[in-house]
Amino acid sequence: MMDTATDIVRLSVNGDARDVGVPTHFTLLEALRYGLGLTGSKQGCDKGDCGACTVLVDGEPTLSCITPAFAVEGREVTTVEGLAGPAGPHPLQDEFDRNGAAQCGFCTPGILCSAAALLERVQRPGRDEIRAALSGNLCRCTGYAKIYDAVEAAAARMAPPGDAS
Amino acid sequence: MKSDNDLKATSLIGTPMRKVEGLDKSTGRALYTDDIALPGMLHGKILRSPHPHARIVSIDATAAEAMPGVHAVITGRDMPTRYGIIPWTPDEYPLCLDRVRYIGDGVAAVAAVDEDTALAALERIEVVYEELPAFLDPHEAWAADGSTPYIHEPKKEGWNGNVTKMVHLEFGEVEAGLDEADVVVEGEYFFEGTTHAPIEPHCAIGSWDGVGRLTVWSATQVPHYLHRELARVLEVDPASVRVLQPLVGGAFGGKSEPFDLEFCVAKLSMRTGRPVKILYTREEVFYSHRGRHPFHMRYRTGATRDGKLTSVDAQILLDGGAYASFGLVTTYYSGQLLCAPYAMPAYRFDSTRVYTNKPACGPKRGHGSVQPRFAFEVQVDKLAERVGLDPIDFRRRNFIGEHTRTVNELRVTSNGFLECLESVERASGWAEKFRRLPFGRGVGVAGSTYISGTNYPIYPNEMPQSAVQMQIDRSGRVAVFSGASEIGQGCDSVVAYIAAEELGVPLEWVRVLRGDTDFTPVDLGAYSSRVTFMLGNAAIDAATRLRRLVQEAVGEAWEVRPSEVLLADGHATWAPDTARRMPIAEAFNLAEARSGTLGATGWYNTPKDVHGEYRGGTIGASPAYSFTAHVAEVDVDVETGFVDVRKIWVAHDCGRALNPVLVEGQMEGSAYMGFAEALMEEHVFKGEEQGRAGLHHAPSLLDYRIPTSLDTPALESLIVESIDPEGPYGAKEAGEGPLHPSIPAIANAIYDAVGVRLDRLPFSPPNVWRALERAREAGSLGKPASPGAGRASAAGAHDADAPPPGVAEPASVEAVRGD
Repeated sequence: MMDTATDIVRLSVNGDARDVGVPTHFTLLEALRYGLGLTGSKQGCDKGDCGACTVLVDGEPTLSCITPAFAVEGREVTTVEGLAGPAGPHPLQDEFDRNGAAQCGFCTPGILCSAAALLERVQRPGRDEIRAALSGNLCRCTGYAKIYDAVEAAAARMAPPGDAS
Repeated sequence: MKSDNDLKATSLIGTPMRKVEGLDKSTGRALYTDDIALPGMLHGKILRSPHPHARIVSIDATAAEAMPGVHAVITGRDMPTRYGIIPWTPDEYPLCLDRVRYIGDGVAAVAAVDEDTALAALERIEVVYEELPAFLDPHEAWAADGSTPYIHEPKKEGWNGNVTKMVHLEFGEVEAGLDEADVVVEGEYFFEGTTHAPIEPHCAIGSWDGVGRLTVWSATQVPHYLHRELARVLEVDPASVRVLQPLVGGAFGGKSEPFDLEFCVAKLSMRTGRPVKILYTREEVFYSHRGRHPFHMRYRTGATRDGKLTSVDAQILLDGGAYASFGLVTTYYSGQLLCAPYAMPAYRFDSTRVYTNKPACGPKRGHGSVQPRFAFEVQVDKLAERVGLDPIDFRRRNFIGEHTRTVNELRVTSNGFLECLESVERASGWAEKFRRLPFGRGVGVAGSTYISGTNYPIYPNEMPQSAVQMQIDRSGRVAVFSGASEIGQGCDSVVAYIAAEELGVPLEWVRVLRGDTDFTPVDLGAYSSRVTFMLGNAAIDAATRLRRLVQEAVGEAWEVRPSEVLLADGHATWAPDTARRMPIAEAFNLAEARSGTLGATGWYNTPKDVHGEYRGGTIGASPAYSFTAHVAEVDVDVETGFVDVRKIWVAHDCGRALNPVLVEGQMEGSAYMGFAEALMEEHVFKGEEQGRAGLHHAPSLLDYRIPTSLDTPALESLIVESIDPEGPYGAKEAGEGPLHPSIPAIANAIYDAVGVRLDRLPFSPPNVWRALERAREAGSLGKPASPGAGRASAAGAHDADAPPPGVAEPASVEAVRGD
């Protein structure tokens, strides 16, 4: 076995405080997937190119494969598993399913995190705002068209009553 | 297969439905291979060749084996059996035995307690190589005389060992057809290689139970073929091998044959007695490749002055990379799949696939036919212009028709190509745009066809190509056991839709149990656009058997004819008086009491008598063909060479859309992927002059340019339904056909925009800029003449100005020579 220093990293993930013992060089993605068993976030490239590992750190889309685990101590991490609540899936998750926005589904967790951050920021984003917000997440299946439909549908559902825009 | 359901009204089929695993995917619950961790699992890594071509003199793993945490090291000697997806061309070892053939070829593998330890162990393995001259250029590989070692041993004394396959097929009188033509266009085309780049890297886990059973989890498109090859190479009885296929995170053809990691995890587990996982790095995914072959193509195409094709002559050189892969089939497909949707009185192709010291090429979405389709549809555009016809009109005039045979004797059933043309013509506003948009903006059209599976399986056998098992529970739940490969296209959902449709249960009551060769019947895999067609027919077959049992039981209870009992909307209903009904679970209970436990298998096999009786005539034969037409609209920046595709209209004849949401998704994803190949993607390798011959130029998702949301054009899907007589509910394929026309439609649109023909891919800013510069120098940059004007001058000047048949069209050849 390699002489690798191991550290206890104190993470706050999807509302839970979790201590995880990982090699000090582990990325947030590795800590989530291999330390905590939260396998929803995906590894597509391991160098920040594809966006499949995107999670939210204090609400900001963050590439967890190039973020050291220790760097997010004291900050709130939300993964795709944390988007749903006791009442059921997040409107984005439901609309991705209903609109066929997830084909192979491997980029989906990262795209959902980017989209969730967008909808926190902008209630009814236009298509160009959606395209810009998702431009760090590569999808190889859909041509993005159904993803836009799903984000727009979720935004419509989440908008306050009376907002018909 | 003829089913009594073909013409039946359907309640679910044809409507938008969710996918059975859709919410799992959007909530993060869906499990892919790398999401699985087994107790005691070790991690493996593969040592790869740094040389494009070399002999392995020796391998010393002593130091690696001695490292703490290292459990096993294996080399080629541990698995000295050749394999290959095509039974006639096995030319690979799981790890190289005595020769490496590309940078990245595997030579040894390590299992260790973690990835870091495995990586450190790789550095301690001493491999002594004797470097050999490498062949990187396919023309040089083809011209080799044996003075330096061929990449593979020649099949016969005196043959060129760098040749995988040569195919020469000729139908009709090709030279006479060219002589008779009023116009002959000759052009050279080059299609650069591209790769699949699924977002999920390849991953496999092997687990040997110590007493004879081997289990392998893999991100594969072909669990059945993997099952066979694992058993053969590892010398384990096939009955003791179990292959599990978790959900696959994209494939596109890139996971459709066995790979080194699958053999290595199995062997390392057999060696250590512990489960072993290997996950490719993204760089390894690029080197494992099996993507689209670079094609060097030359076409001569003749037409009469009223726009009828007379003859097509093609010469193609395929750059195959280091191993055969599917190359035998690719070589045939490069010619065989061109013979629709246009009637060709005469056709000849000469295709040769050569080995080069680069990662092996194989099948990528639209296997072997995307490249010739690009060349041919540009040829058609040139012919239309020469005879003064609108290119859509030209294509209509050459429509092959439905229920016919192609010149190479392939049977065509349904054919909605004319509707496809009409759809894109109308939706794009073609009449107002073609040759009428301002300089720099243009529209282009192209058409294509593709197979819905192949009539002959990869290894010769008479058994069904696809099958399912279906079982009914007393609760009303229906379980479908499916061996089909869910790679994102939705095949698990298709069997669920069919079970719900036929048995009248809500979709939510159908469970699809999948991806495990221990309990599912064989389906041959997710390739050649075969799954919906074949699996769908198999599911209808199984469901029909069960439906009849239920209808008989209810009919007996009600004392009515079974055929009058409808199963729909969660009820059994008497058709003559719909007030008479019972919940479906009750109907199932009646049937179980009458017939015993309710289960059935269903299967599908292809027609075998629908091709020509010539060598290779079976290759390209399919139970049905899909048809597609695209119009692309582009802006060309004449200063920078930057092409912006504004929109692609995609019309696709899928026979029948079982779920229009999924069909549109396939059409959009295909058009996106074609667009990507047209403008951005280049799977290229460094040459000697760049220092490291054979090194991948851009093995990352940053440097290998795949489109982001900001790059991808607007896409409009236009579904055309021709209702195929043999497809499930009339369905044909939708996953690969709609890719084909993107590339030539964009090429033809660029010509409409600026009058410059682009015969080499990709249409990247440097390539386009160079072509623009040449046109500027030649004074030919500008909006081309409209067909009306062109027709007058072409017709008037035909005899005087048109080059005689067989003489190259100057602009086209110039474009190639300039590079």
